[in-house]
Amino acid sequence: MTFTWFHRLGSPPYVYGLAQRLAPWCAGSALLLLLAGLWGGLVLAPPDYQQGDGFRIIYVHAPSAWLSLMVYTTMALAAAVGLIWRIKVAHAAAAACAPIGASFTAAALVTGALWGRPMWGTYWQWDPRLTSELILFFLYLGYMGLRASIEDTQRADRASAVLAVVGVVNVPVIHYSVTWWNSLHQAPSVMRLAKPTMATSMLVPLLIMLLAFTLFFVAMLLVRLQAEILRRERASTWIREALKR
Amino acid sequence: MREFLDMGGYAAFVWPAYAVTAAAFLYNWVGARRALREARAAARRRLAAGEGA
Repeated sequence: MTFTWFHRLGSPPYVYGLAQRLAPWCAGSALLLLLAGLWGGLVLAPPDYQQGDGFRIIYVHAPSAWLSLMVYTTMALAAAVGLIWRIKVAHAAAAACAPIGASFTAAALVTGALWGRPMWGTYWQWDPRLTSELILFFLYLGYMGLRASIEDTQRADRASAVLAVVGVVNVPVIHYSVTWWNSLHQAPSVMRLAKPTMATSMLVPLLIMLLAFTLFFVAMLLVRLQAEILRRERASTWIREALKR
Repeated sequence: MREFLDMGGYAAFVWPAYAVTAAAFLYNWVGARRALREARAAARRRLAAGEGA
């Protein structure tokens, strides 16, 4: 078995070119899926028999919450790869993840509060799920703050990577918080081993939105990754070529 | 249309939720493009400075 593909993923010029080529395709398909998901979620799906049209918040809340966890996991994995094998591109990818993850964690918290007010009667509760998600938001902010406070990129990469890797314990805590503790938040209805507990007409738009959000993350990661790679490269001839494109 | 915008009485919660999410998308779109533009400009300056030395 050969590992040439793995080695190429450690090469800044190769990854830069790949990111540049793939980003528009990911962004374009994310946009199309978003439009389809919005149409399905806001227009085609019937109102919920208990929550009426208020349930439609799920089409932006659940995908935001999914991204908050998925992006953090990606960031921690990239940081670990960067730490263990000292791969610059991996550190660049981890750094590129943070602002994207932080913004969608904020969106998950705010959309959740806006759903909670009419359905639970409160915007906020110090509930296991809500509190652990808030901690995730602070982890992202801490990661970005730590990076911003260290001028030397290599040292910033290593220090922030340790924080990202340690913080990953929070990810399963968030996911299982509704099962482990008595939470106000409902149990998973899609991300579970058994069949989803939603009607198809409601579920399909949600799955489309999950895919759209994920592709949007990949597109934004690829754009930010190019910026992070350029920041880490000094006086290389390939940059001269890359800047012409 | 009016009925759609009213969201069965939940308009005050549904639309702000969608607006906040749209803001997250916009922040990412603008922020990522700006980060790349600035990194490219900085790389150009470094290359130019290297040639001058």
